[in-house]
Amino acid sequence: MGKVVLVTGAGRQLAGRFVRRIQREPEVARVIAVDVVPPERDLGEAEFVQADIRQPMIARVLVEHAVDTVVHLDVTGTRPPTFGVGGTTKATRGRAALKETNVIGTMQLLGACQKAPSVRRLVVKSSTNVYGSASRDPAVFDESTPAKSLPSGGFAKDTVEVEGYVRGFARRRPDVAVCVLRFANILGPRADTPLAEYFSLPVLPTVLGYDPRLQFVHEDDVMEVLRIAASEPRRSTLNSGTFNIAGDGVLLLSQTARRLGRPTLPLLLPALTGVRSLLRLVGMTDFSPEQVRLLTHGRVVRTREMRETLGFEPKYTTAETFADFARGRGPGLLPPERLARAVDRLGEALLDRPADGSGTDGGPRRSPLAP
Amino acid sequence: MADAKVIPFGEDRPRGAGERPARRRTGRRRAGDADSGTGAAGAEPSLSAVPTGGADTGGTGGTGGAGGTGGSPPAPPAGGEPEGWERRLATGLAFLRRRLTGEYEVDEFGYDEDLTEHVLMSALRPLYESYFRVEARGLENIPDTGGALVVCNHSGTLPLDGLMLQVAVHDNHPAGRTLRLLAADLVFMLPVVNELARKAGHTLACAEDAERLLERGEVVGVMPEGFKGIGKPFSERYKLQRFGRGGFVSTALRAGVPIVPCSIVGAEEIYPMIGNARTVARLLGLPYFPLTPTFPWLGPLGAVPLPTKWTIQFGEPIPTDGYTPEALEDPMLMFNLTDQVRETIQHTLYKLLVERRSVFF
Repeated sequence: MGKVVLVTGAGRQLAGRFVRRIQREPEVARVIAVDVVPPERDLGEAEFVQADIRQPMIARVLVEHAVDTVVHLDVTGTRPPTFGVGGTTKATRGRAALKETNVIGTMQLLGACQKAPSVRRLVVKSSTNVYGSASRDPAVFDESTPAKSLPSGGFAKDTVEVEGYVRGFARRRPDVAVCVLRFANILGPRADTPLAEYFSLPVLPTVLGYDPRLQFVHEDDVMEVLRIAASEPRRSTLNSGTFNIAGDGVLLLSQTARRLGRPTLPLLLPALTGVRSLLRLVGMTDFSPEQVRLLTHGRVVRTREMRETLGFEPKYTTAETFADFARGRGPGLLPPERLARAVDRLGEALLDRPADGSGTDGGPRRSPLAP
Repeated sequence: MADAKVIPFGEDRPRGAGERPARRRTGRRRAGDADSGTGAAGAEPSLSAVPTGGADTGGTGGTGGAGGTGGSPPAPPAGGEPEGWERRLATGLAFLRRRLTGEYEVDEFGYDEDLTEHVLMSALRPLYESYFRVEARGLENIPDTGGALVVCNHSGTLPLDGLMLQVAVHDNHPAGRTLRLLAADLVFMLPVVNELARKAGHTLACAEDAERLLERGEVVGVMPEGFKGIGKPFSERYKLQRFGRGGFVSTALRAGVPIVPCSIVGAEEIYPMIGNARTVARLLGLPYFPLTPTFPWLGPLGAVPLPTKWTIQFGEPIPTDGYTPEALEDPMLMFNLTDQVRETIQHTLYKLLVERRSVFF
């Protein structure tokens, strides 16, 4: 008998992709995709159920289909896509609605899972936002590091609350394998995360005097790790618990801007808040306070648990993830290739001339550029 | 004459570095052009490693890019000696190219080796060599490989001693180790300062970070006196303050790395702190606000440190690997080891002070 997997938030790009991916697993018999809005792309063989996880009817869906694996991906920081038929009124776009989906939705879903005896496995998408970001934090966060200053609001606070509910659920249903995946910033050619929106700005506003360390995880790796977490654990691995998921290595914000070829605009913190509200007014991006904190202090997590316990090796490093993302974005105002060429030309100009003038200091020598 | 007296420490001074300022080492990746700067030292056998040092390097690769049209990289490491300034220009351009395109690496603590080697260390070196004329001794006490915890006294109102310590290890250690300093949280709250500190390889002084660095086999530098040491009045100079709660000992024990005691003489007198404006300090959120004979009376001019002569002495490493896991829980052992380290540093300080001819020479 195959498994029945329920995926929430299936209207989103990432979850939709996961729905298509998990169908190909041999052990999976059926996939139930749930969201309030119909998916933008075809979900293949999956059964789409238009349901709101904030409503108790989700419990009926769980029982009706005898779901045994729940993959909760409807915890996001960006507003839902504005296309589709149902539920795209103004109210669903706001931050309040988002928070409600994240927090109340999780509560309802977990309540439903608790009542459904068939559920055996729960996978929750969380974020490294739970660690907050402060100057007094250690440089590298462990799964067990307590946040020095808890996130005060926004998506980060949502994730903290969601994780709290999930821990409560795990206590009440010890027979369910619970896996919480704390993803670093997800990037990729198609990612629609807040940070991806930020990197799409023509000029990147940064905080003056700070150069945060950032870590990325590639969409493809997200798919793979979700698949591992939703399946039976392989030999000598364990896929229940809390895991940081991030690519190897670190990039500084200044580095990302240079690799992307976008100029930065260092601003004092208060000015940045102004730019933030301006951008929101124009509707370009939601530049949330916790994102400002990320762009101030940065965040790096330790991924030893991911490697040793979960048995997952990301295919992309942070730098490779970013390169892949940058390829899909097109050149910025200052393409790195052009800058490199300019420096090369400068080098030719400076190094050739004295070589022709042969020897200002005297003594035998040859030009370093001479073939 | 002073040299003749230095018998206890004379044997562990860098070879042949009597009066001459410590030989400049421009970093491993640029080892190839180090010789052009200090041609006088060319006779030293240690320079025979230069061709191999210059051959591997990412720096040369970048230089090759800079001279792309020339066909061949402009820096043939083993071949003829290119003129110093041209070579330097090529290196500089390669550096500029790397910086502009973002093609450099930082580690998870934000340590930017490229920037530290080429900019930060070069900026600090004049201060180290000409201004404070630092004499670093006993560097071989820092192991060539593996982790070590360098524990040092802290003084001087501004943490210049930490920076000089970093230059001392960077420029003089035979194996070219990099010192990773643990800094106070104030450093990471200040804009610009935090950015530079991270790029120079410093990180927050907390057990997690220290352990992680030691696990990776880095040399970690810590100043357990903290603000009590750096902000003490001039009248208490060279009196070690309390060593925190001895957290550094348990960190070293857990990682099983040796503790290298280190004493710095000369830093105490750079800003003789004769008073502390507590109210101003509280208003600014600082741990202390120094009043020196010149600061703040002379304005920015008063913030120029006095050109004292420094000595940095690294002592015999204290091994920590022989202890059982239970020993970690033993507070008496912690106190004893903390005291041992503290006493070593204090006694070395006294010895160096007796031996010192004058504050400024």
